[in-house]
Amino acid sequence: MLQERDKIFTNLYGQADWGLKGAKKRGIWSNTKEMLALGREKIIEDVKNSGLRGRGGAGFSTGMKWSFMPKEAGEKPHYLVVNADESEPGTCKDRDILRHDPHRLLEGCVIGSFAIGAKACYIYIRGEFYNEASNIQVAIEEAYQAGLIGKNACGSGEDIDIYLHRGAGAYICGEETALMESLEGKKGQPRLKPPFPAGVGLYGCPTTINNVETIAVVPEILRRGASWFEALGKPKNSGTKIFCISGHVNTPCNVEEEMGIPLKELIEKHAGGVRGGWDNLLAIIPGGSSVPMLPKSICDDVCMDFDSLRAVQSGLGTAGIIVMDKSTDIVKAIARLSHFYMHESCGQCTPCREGTGWMWRMMEKLAVGDAKPADIDRLLEVTKQIEGHTICALGDAAAWPIQGLIRHFRPEIERRMHLAKQAA
Amino acid sequence: MNNTPFTFTAENLKKAETIVAKYPAGRQQSAVLPLLDIAQRQNDNWLSKEALQGVADYLEMPLVRVYEVASFYTMFNLKPVGKHLLQFCCTTPCWLRGSDDVENACIDHLGVGLGETTADNQFTLMRVECLGACVNAPVVQINDDFYEDLTPQKMVTVLEDLKAGKKPQYGSQIGRQFSAPIKQAG
Repeated sequence: MLQERDKIFTNLYGQADWGLKGAKKRGIWSNTKEMLALGREKIIEDVKNSGLRGRGGAGFSTGMKWSFMPKEAGEKPHYLVVNADESEPGTCKDRDILRHDPHRLLEGCVIGSFAIGAKACYIYIRGEFYNEASNIQVAIEEAYQAGLIGKNACGSGEDIDIYLHRGAGAYICGEETALMESLEGKKGQPRLKPPFPAGVGLYGCPTTINNVETIAVVPEILRRGASWFEALGKPKNSGTKIFCISGHVNTPCNVEEEMGIPLKELIEKHAGGVRGGWDNLLAIIPGGSSVPMLPKSICDDVCMDFDSLRAVQSGLGTAGIIVMDKSTDIVKAIARLSHFYMHESCGQCTPCREGTGWMWRMMEKLAVGDAKPADIDRLLEVTKQIEGHTICALGDAAAWPIQGLIRHFRPEIERRMHLAKQAA
Repeated sequence: MNNTPFTFTAENLKKAETIVAKYPAGRQQSAVLPLLDIAQRQNDNWLSKEALQGVADYLEMPLVRVYEVASFYTMFNLKPVGKHLLQFCCTTPCWLRGSDDVENACIDHLGVGLGETTADNQFTLMRVECLGACVNAPVVQINDDFYEDLTPQKMVTVLEDLKAGKKPQYGSQIGRQFSAPIKQAG
């Protein structure tokens, strides 16, 4: 279990002042200038050595991602873009950083921008987070006034500007290339990769896009040392993580814990346990709606980190844990997610645009047993036709929850067909 | 119909200038989302064709490009809405915690369905996908604010307060500290 002294997000619940004064009391901005003095290469090296993997879902090495940027900014400026478009069902961790610890994020933006040679950083926040955006804007203004950002940021000799940009309601803008399109004032439709953003990103310039939580932990990594962060969690899955525990638990909450904590321990220690006790558990979606669910038998001893969850054909994703007890209509629960993906498909690729609607209609039929057993195989086949055949991962994300359902709950789907047949 | 051209108020013009200045020269199109938001706020929370044209003119964009954007993002209302826009999150984490009951309580209390506005133009009901406040489910967004940890009864209380012209405190409706776990009895 994470020791109090190893926690990074010490104002997760807004128990203290989120403004500059409060932030300084928590040690934020205390030695930013010294950290910048380490130089680009050393900062990237430290972030690499800490083992930090992106907290937005994909889990790619942050230091590695930064190292893909050109060494020197040429004619084209470099950009850092912070992805605060938190919209993955089950996930609400960045929201707490944005509203309760905005300076921790801003300090990370300064260090991140410096490390990749960017003079401008855009924070793209989902439009619905209006009050959260207000806090960030106030924090940005405080930081400008205190000389922490802007000209000669933190006395480093570098100019680093930070701008807040509000979205307007579109899950797809959490996809990095769609986010850049949206930031350029267009519909949020993903771009083909390659070229990758590190080469051709925002306004055609080299760009790095990182998740809020990723950027916000960087200052503490440099402050306390890469080896401190690396020692937390598990090998190749290091550090701490904010977990969001929603659904059928006694006390839903966000909580910062060590990576690799057993799922059961996490839920029982922090979320008051499953409603009706652990034995009343039916299934859990461990990493936001896009990752396949796990039945109770796997939940009993699985650990919450990238590699442990991949080993059971699921994923850590955003660490948004959706708990479902035995009262859950599990087919309907996934049908709701299918509706979500249909609604959020940007319409650019045919397999996704047409497939998400088809899958949702089939899921609604399966929920009431109005289908034949062969339809389950047909649905599975359609999910495979969508997966990997679209520009971005939304198609995959729509397919995986259904694949997880069929993998673990096929008898339940068939049982409904029998019941419906008997009733007819 | 009122077909008078849309122009930003002096105050909003100032805001628009500040926003456009955030982006590199010649990239003023980047400001289209924030400017549509300002236009919508100025125009009783919806975007008329005139308002779209006003933003297009200001940013020197073709109207169709602005319309394309306005119709892509869910937060832009292309039809008039009531004074209080109620957006029910219906995605799985909220649904598991009874969002259907909260939604139905509103429908029963106000006597209008989803996508409809009350006769007095006070309330419009809408269903939306995940609002990103899942550990405080079920959640309803009313204009800019999230009302969290709702029950059907608490929802009706919020409605009564709004009807009475009060501004009920947003956030958790059971007195929770943001996303912290509530203390269990015993």
